[in-house]
Amino acid sequence: METKNKVVKMDVKQYGMFFALIAIYVVFGFLTKWANTTPMNINNLIMQNGYVVILAIGMLLCVLTGNIDLGVGSVVAVCGSVAGIIMMDYKMNMWVAIGAALLVGLLVGIFAGFFIAYLGIPPFVTTLATMLMGRGLTYTLLQAQTKGPFEQSYNFIGAGFLPVIKIPFGEGTLDLVSIIVAAIASVLLVASEVKSYATKKKYNFAVNPIWQIALKLVLMLFIIWFFFTRLAQYNGLPFVLLIMVILIAIYGFITSKTVAGRQIYALGGNRKAANLSGIDTNKVFFWVYVNMGVLSAIAGIVLSARNGSATPKAGDGFEMDAIASCYIGGAAVAGGAGTIVGAVVGAFIMGILNNGMSLFGWSTDIQKIVKGAVLLGAVTMDVLSKRKKG
Amino acid sequence: MSEYILEMNHITKEFSGVKALDDVNIQVKKGEIHALCGENGAGKSTLMNVLSGVYPYGSYEGDVVYKGEHCAFHNLRDSEAKGIVIIHQELALSPLLSVAENVFLGNERTSMKGVIDWTETRKRAQEMLAKVGLENEDVNVPVNTLGVGKQQLIEIAKAMAKKVELLILDEPTAALNDEESRKLLDIMLDLKKQGITCIIISHKLNEIEYVSDSVTIIRDGKTIETLVKGVDDYSEDRVIKAMVGREMTNRYPVREGVEIGDVIFEVKDWNVFHPDDENRQMLKNINLQVRAGEVVGLAGLMGAGRTELAMSLFGHSYGQKISGKVLINGKEVHLKNVKEAVKNKLAYISEDRKTYGLNLIGDVKENMTIAARPFFFSKRGVINANDEIVSAEEYRKRINVKTNSINQVVGSLSGGNQQKVVVSKWMMTQPDVLIMDEPTRGIDVGAKYEIYCVINELAKAGKAVIVISSEMPEIIGTCDRIYVINDGEIAGELTKEEVSQEKIMQCIMAHNRKGDGDGNEK
Repeated sequence: METKNKVVKMDVKQYGMFFALIAIYVVFGFLTKWANTTPMNINNLIMQNGYVVILAIGMLLCVLTGNIDLGVGSVVAVCGSVAGIIMMDYKMNMWVAIGAALLVGLLVGIFAGFFIAYLGIPPFVTTLATMLMGRGLTYTLLQAQTKGPFEQSYNFIGAGFLPVIKIPFGEGTLDLVSIIVAAIASVLLVASEVKSYATKKKYNFAVNPIWQIALKLVLMLFIIWFFFTRLAQYNGLPFVLLIMVILIAIYGFITSKTVAGRQIYALGGNRKAANLSGIDTNKVFFWVYVNMGVLSAIAGIVLSARNGSATPKAGDGFEMDAIASCYIGGAAVAGGAGTIVGAVVGAFIMGILNNGMSLFGWSTDIQKIVKGAVLLGAVTMDVLSKRKKG
Repeated sequence: MSEYILEMNHITKEFSGVKALDDVNIQVKKGEIHALCGENGAGKSTLMNVLSGVYPYGSYEGDVVYKGEHCAFHNLRDSEAKGIVIIHQELALSPLLSVAENVFLGNERTSMKGVIDWTETRKRAQEMLAKVGLENEDVNVPVNTLGVGKQQLIEIAKAMAKKVELLILDEPTAALNDEESRKLLDIMLDLKKQGITCIIISHKLNEIEYVSDSVTIIRDGKTIETLVKGVDDYSEDRVIKAMVGREMTNRYPVREGVEIGDVIFEVKDWNVFHPDDENRQMLKNINLQVRAGEVVGLAGLMGAGRTELAMSLFGHSYGQKISGKVLINGKEVHLKNVKEAVKNKLAYISEDRKTYGLNLIGDVKENMTIAARPFFFSKRGVINANDEIVSAEEYRKRINVKTNSINQVVGSLSGGNQQKVVVSKWMMTQPDVLIMDEPTRGIDVGAKYEIYCVINELAKAGKAVIVISSEMPEIIGTCDRIYVINDGEIAGELTKEEVSQEKIMQCIMAHNRKGDGDGNEK
């Protein structure tokens, strides 16, 4: 007798986020007469949100432990200004500047991690301190002045594009590289889905019904092709996109497939139980905050490169955007639950909101009100949906 | 007026189509202590929540008659106004507030509206404490400076302050040792003399037998029967039969065909000091041995140092200035942290699974594999997810964890199934030596039996098993040999043949006397 097919329920939450993303996008499409779908705007969406995505990835790990890092905006500013000073005042190579910025991020991470993990100072307090200290340090380093403009090769990190092969297309041109990358991504996506299905079948694990998998694939392929064809019509693939994709891949892998990654979840779920399961929770805390420092440095480099300069106010309020992205992306406020993909989608929901409202002509004051409401709404929905289950 | 203070007639309560209570009837006489028995999930707590108004009038069917009146409580305040007070299993005290403040928590003594009258609060708190035998306690100290037993009594004092007439106690002795439990039960008998009616929910049948006048047994949301002391057969076995619906001919499965082998776990001259006070010695010169296939019990009163011993052995998870030797399979090992302990084939199933054992928001699989992961389910830090699923499925079937799937969140499982998840987690690390601390606390009779079967299976596989339990019958029923621990020392060693509850108590008493004779250096 053939064994009955085991079927798992659709992960509504994960898909719900994607639907929310698309819905918000479509709503603003209507409102702005599809100004938000132009190739240039798609490109801006990615370039403007690159650093928030990078920060949200690091912040997710902090949120998983049940904490946050308030210092990231300041660390972004410090790292950007260190890079700027090395290039402008000391006339040194951009690679030295990048290395120094990363080193500063690492040191701040070690500093915060040490206080949090080994002295037991609450992360909220420790990072409130790094936030104040970092901002003050930035103003001191830059003497409250903007430093710039930076050399073009450095700016490439934040504003550059990957090589293109342009062919004529309609009234404009189309970049073949983008199309090829989209094609490769599609093949990989379908292949991984098929492989995972086959493995699950082989071990007789529960599988999603075929129509769900198909729907998911169609949806994701649509998003990929929509984005990439638009980018191809503009200047090709932004370098920031490459950084983002690499980081998402690495951290997606770490959080779902490695012992170290799952230890963060175990710690967030129940620290005492994690300790008694052989997990060195101090070490986990330490590395989570060291990691956040390094990712803040990367975001700082990207931001200063995009602006072509380092300013004392750079990165102001970024910590809030990153934290909000994690929560909107379904991470539990008490820790122990959340995904990298969720945080990234959360960051893009925030980005699309910002972008759409700007195009529609709403002021940044109104934008903050709407973003606040969306954050509160998303977390409320999450909490209420959990309560119903219990 | 009828002799019953409380009648609950034909109570039916549904949760989204599932009947948690199905036509339940219970009658409680004025001035009696009435026990409510049943396995976990039988519906005892649901019934009490109906009574106290947690489930408001209208959300259930049936009739609650209290002192001859039909009741329609909409919340806890309504029922408390009538003198019905429920004390839950988890203490509802605010740990850093003073004893006096806790006694009047939510029921503050005020001079004007909203302004606390501290003199009155302290004076009246003192009176309430006197009623529960705590007349010598300082009412100004934070409540967390007292032991759990006293805190439980303060809960009762708090109920007294609300002019209670019907007191409901949900598992009041779950966290107490024998001596404290006895004191609490005696206070209950005292309250009875003052005319207060009590309903007690408990798993400890010996306590029910001791304290109650009648017992109503609930099974699967239905009333099975009510037994009255002095009229019906009131023995533990009789109650168990009604609870599980079958004769439990043997509460402890017999271990057969187990060959006891060589000593594989040995502790020599183990000394441990209190983690916060380096001059306070918690464990003194502990020496013990466990053989392969042997189940050894650690008996003793609460606070004797059994958990402290287990945790200090398990990767120095407790205490400081630890000295002594640990030998596993004849080889000396240095278990400086939990990871080392697991690597050296030692496992420890902690007491209090919710606090120390489980990630309640994690799923079954995640909880089962977390400890074994670095050793069995990963290569260079990368997890083999398929191996994990296969193993989790295997253990789910093997020790009968009742769950929809291994992806179910552990927090939604019953206590017994949660415990099985913790047991699976440590079996997966493939230990040679397994310490189980209160392995059956707060789980129902059926799940207990299954845990005992697991213990037998482990012994059969040649493991050394150490069982720590505050329930003496459990230790006696499951162990081949017993170390009695008292005041951080081994007070005696008893074999299966000679052990009895009396022997264990004698051992403890003799050791206490010896300690006093030495001048008791503490």
